[in-house]
Amino acid sequence: MMSYEYPDAGGHYGPYGGQFVAETLMEPLRELEAAYTKLKNDPAFLAELDRDLTHYVGRPSPLYHAERLTKAWGGAQVWLKREDLNHTGAHKVNNTIGQALLAKHLGKTRIIAETGAGQHGVASATIAARLGLECVVYMGAEDVQRQSPNVYRMKLLGAKVVPVHSGTKTLKDAMNEALRDWVTNVDNTFYVIGTVAGPHPYPMLVRDFQSIIGREVIEQAPKQIGRQPDALVACVGGGSNAIGLFYPYIGEPAVKMYGVEAAGRGLNTPDHAAPLTAGKPGVLHGNRTYIMADENGQILPTHSISAGLDYPGVGPEHSWLKDSGRVTYVAADDDEALASFHELTRLEGIIPALESSHALAYAKKLAATMGKEQSIVVNLSGRGDKDIFTIAKLEGISLL
Amino acid sequence: MSRLLETFNALKTQNRKALIPFITAGDPHPQYTVGFMHALVKAGADVLELGIPFSDPMADGPTIQLACERALVHNTSLWQVMDMVAEFRKTDAKTPVVLMGYLNPIEMRGVEAFAKKAQATGVDGVLIVDLAVEESSAYLPTLRQHGLDCIFLLAPTSPEARIAAIAKEASGYLYYVSLKGVTGAATLDIDSVTAKLAEIRKHTQLPVAVGFGIRDAASAAAVGKVADGVVVGSALVSEIEKNQANPGVLAGLLADKLAPMRAALDQLK
Repeated sequence: MMSYEYPDAGGHYGPYGGQFVAETLMEPLRELEAAYTKLKNDPAFLAELDRDLTHYVGRPSPLYHAERLTKAWGGAQVWLKREDLNHTGAHKVNNTIGQALLAKHLGKTRIIAETGAGQHGVASATIAARLGLECVVYMGAEDVQRQSPNVYRMKLLGAKVVPVHSGTKTLKDAMNEALRDWVTNVDNTFYVIGTVAGPHPYPMLVRDFQSIIGREVIEQAPKQIGRQPDALVACVGGGSNAIGLFYPYIGEPAVKMYGVEAAGRGLNTPDHAAPLTAGKPGVLHGNRTYIMADENGQILPTHSISAGLDYPGVGPEHSWLKDSGRVTYVAADDDEALASFHELTRLEGIIPALESSHALAYAKKLAATMGKEQSIVVNLSGRGDKDIFTIAKLEGISLL
Repeated sequence: MSRLLETFNALKTQNRKALIPFITAGDPHPQYTVGFMHALVKAGADVLELGIPFSDPMADGPTIQLACERALVHNTSLWQVMDMVAEFRKTDAKTPVVLMGYLNPIEMRGVEAFAKKAQATGVDGVLIVDLAVEESSAYLPTLRQHGLDCIFLLAPTSPEARIAAIAKEASGYLYYVSLKGVTGAATLDIDSVTAKLAEIRKHTQLPVAVGFGIRDAASAAAVGKVADGVVVGSALVSEIEKNQANPGVLAGLLADKLAPMRAALDQLK
């Protein structure tokens, strides 16, 4: 086991992370950290979380041997961690349940969230309904358009969805708007951040809540694979599903880890969302991390076929894992993701989210370089039902 | 002695309050900013806060966000903003200018290069909205070395220990954010501002300016009674927004908006 103790007391992962927010939010962040530090070892809190994860989310999620896919790819055995089978259809709920319980313990009556693809918004609206909390979800106006089924889902669940028209009208702007709401309503409001970004302690607590994914694989692998996998693959937008799978394995150097960013229309074009692969360190949304920015420090517009990966930053711990060499970060483009979407659907009868399809696209290349006796675990972070309208439109098919 | 210290000392001797207008540089077009600065000084400004446009101004309300967007249509960069200060300095050697903005544009060019150019162009102070005091040690020595005052925000949520820690690092003045919210918010609670300023003054001799929620002579006077300075931003920037199609009249409109605040503050003594 390698020793890995991050973040430090100030919320840093090497030079990354930290707290870069306006003064008004510094004390609320300190209160949140204090509450979390106390509750994370509180048996009653942990029991409540565990009960919800088991009986409400349906955990543990299966580790599934994709045999037809393995055969088609002609290399390593491919195993899928089935986060798509969670209640609400993605890994996002692991975190929203944890944060909503924190909100309840802090006496907050209102939760707010930002969302890109809508999965985190749905997961937040879901847990708000379950706990009787008011819920407001900020969503870029462009994402409201391309993810209308999830917008309707959130409304059915009783959440108010606020389209954000500023900036590029996508996830980053939704996050700006959620931060503005929080700074205004900080007395009664808990900001449920959906990924491992934002100011400390968010990257840490989202990681801790999502780490259930990797902890389950560590238990499942010996029983099903016969030993721990040789490689882990997960898509990286903000990076919450990836850190959830990777974190429990960081101290196991024999297990290789690959984070797959969105190469959009190609890394040689401006139309991608791959800050780790093609960006540089900067400060955005409360933390220092790899971002996509121009030479004057303005944040650049991003593109990905998948709204959930369409973000110009990434969780600060990923930046550190990249610099330290523990995780390899690569990128898959729109076309590769689409091809993998269809391949998994047709070979295994599983419709993956477009986000997760990026992980599959890289896993396919990786598997081919490995032997049949080796194994890869791919985090199937979400199901693709939400994406069928996007894909139909791309392929010129009218569903109405 | 720094220009900011000199200005606040002089005001104190005259028993006057500092009037500190804020505009976003490059809004509605970079060619107008220097003219606006001079007009604001003529109308009674003691210190100028010049906003550095940023694509993601997460602590600002819609008025300043749109100002950033207007400035960024013309690609107004941090370097250009400092060139505007140099231009302003050609005919005004006296009025302190504070740059206010977010960390990333500074970080991308490097704090050393930024501080050097800021000093050379006649910038007096820097207020980096998203640079908390905990993260500031990598920046402050460089800024100070180049004669720049480091202005920090204090908020209604700042507990006493933070106030003390921030007061220790700050210079020039302290900027108290009058309310929980973003720039341009409507409500201002003078009683709570008064109470918090008393708490702040226990920890510092620095002048304390108050901003957020000041939009006219009445609110300026109310805040001026308890603070050393009054910052007015969104109320000015919304004049630019409303009249952006007719930029020729903007300098006059800004002056008209600011002058009654000056008069109201000067009646306080």
